[in-house]
Amino acid sequence: MPDSISPTGTPNPKMTARNVSVYYGDKKAIDNVSIDVDRDNVTAFIGPSGCGKSTFLRTLNRMNDTIPSARVEGDIKLDGEDIYSSAMDVVQLRARVGMVFQKPNPFPKSIYDNVAYGPKIHGLAEGKVELDTIVERSLKRAGLWEEVKDRLTDSGTALSGGQQQRLCIARAIAVDPEVILMDEPCSALDPIATAKIEELIHELRGRYAIVIVTHNMQQAARVSQRTAFFHLGNLVEYGQTTDIFTNPRETRTKDYITGRYG
Amino acid sequence: MNTGMDHTVKAFDDDLSELRGMISEMGGRSELALDQAMRALANHDLELAEKVVVSDKVIDELEAEVEKRIVQVMALRAPMADDLREMVAAMKIAGVVERIGDYAKNIAKRIPLMTDSRSIEAVSLLVSMADIAKEMVHDVLDAFAARDADVAVRVCERDQAVDDFYNSIFRTLVTFMMENPRNIGESAHLLFVAKNIERIGDHATNVAEMVYYAVTGDRLPDRERGENPTDEPVG
Repeated sequence: MPDSISPTGTPNPKMTARNVSVYYGDKKAIDNVSIDVDRDNVTAFIGPSGCGKSTFLRTLNRMNDTIPSARVEGDIKLDGEDIYSSAMDVVQLRARVGMVFQKPNPFPKSIYDNVAYGPKIHGLAEGKVELDTIVERSLKRAGLWEEVKDRLTDSGTALSGGQQQRLCIARAIAVDPEVILMDEPCSALDPIATAKIEELIHELRGRYAIVIVTHNMQQAARVSQRTAFFHLGNLVEYGQTTDIFTNPRETRTKDYITGRYG
Repeated sequence: MNTGMDHTVKAFDDDLSELRGMISEMGGRSELALDQAMRALANHDLELAEKVVVSDKVIDELEAEVEKRIVQVMALRAPMADDLREMVAAMKIAGVVERIGDYAKNIAKRIPLMTDSRSIEAVSLLVSMADIAKEMVHDVLDAFAARDADVAVRVCERDQAVDDFYNSIFRTLVTFMMENPRNIGESAHLLFVAKNIERIGDHATNVAEMVYYAVTGDRLPDRERGENPTDEPVG
């Protein structure tokens, strides 16, 4: 028997969700999901379109707040702190729990400014020298520094798609987050750019808790240590990635990952 | 493994059923090879023995083809979960079944080297021993085709009977050799035949373990493999 992990049995989890349901108006998009996000591992959310994986990801930094009809029930905690409490500063939360989207969305500003923007508004740098250090460190961690160090004043939008996505990751890293959420970060990228992002995820593991939503099961298999399978708003199975892809316990998981999903 | 729902990509199912068919054919051919080799031995039928040796090439070719197809499926379909386990098991099973064919061929090759050995008592024991091994091969490939872990477990349990036969034949032949040194040449050949059949039983057990893994995703627990170190056949 492989060791299955209980969704809520992670020792020392970075984030915990308990009995979370999400509604869009009357429609229930997420039904009573409880899951832990491990701080040292990459967690992948997989499932067919409309299964709720992106919706659930967005509850982890309150991105659903921006959708008027969306309503979230249940508890979500970041290091034990309730992120939906009235005391929680949402801007601060989104700095601690950063997000990278499907389509790279750099600001129409210079490469430098794209990365410096967050640290500036959050007051993380005192003076130009410190800001320069943060920008360089973030671009290095995002694996982009060597490619852009001589043209930091060029517009971020002039970069290739893969570079833009790494710029967005650098931007997320620049504010020194604790968790990085990635919503299909490679679906608009070619295989080489995808491989670079996957390598980057591997590099960032351990420094940040990472949660990635992906349609590409091979990608989930390659980058994550834990995989959660969502279906029709339910968390069907959560386990070690190796177990999910070699020996899933649930028929629905098996049918989905083997390409039998009807 | 799945018998119920089809893959969304139907060509994947076609690939899998072709592969299963080829492995069944390999199994059927090695079972037949053992059967014919033993009949050739019991009747000192040199023509039939030769036929077994020649037919082994077909099994070898099938194995090469199965391997090629599995590599293709792995590369092109990226099988997951039970499909992945089935491909890994199929790859190993094809190799093992090819070995079973080799053992049958090896038995057949000895027959022309022996004078008529029909009168030796051990030969009838060897035929009974081979019957069990043959059934094990037959049943374990049925288990693979039917994705039946229970049948696989029962195949493993029968290996003990083959081992018991081996030990008994070993003692019989040693006694026979001691009675008259002129029996030694003949008996040595028959000892190798016994060993080959004993190995076929072991290989059928290996296949059963792979079937169990492919079906359940777990390794067959040791106690169900019928393994008991003190009962290991000698020699």
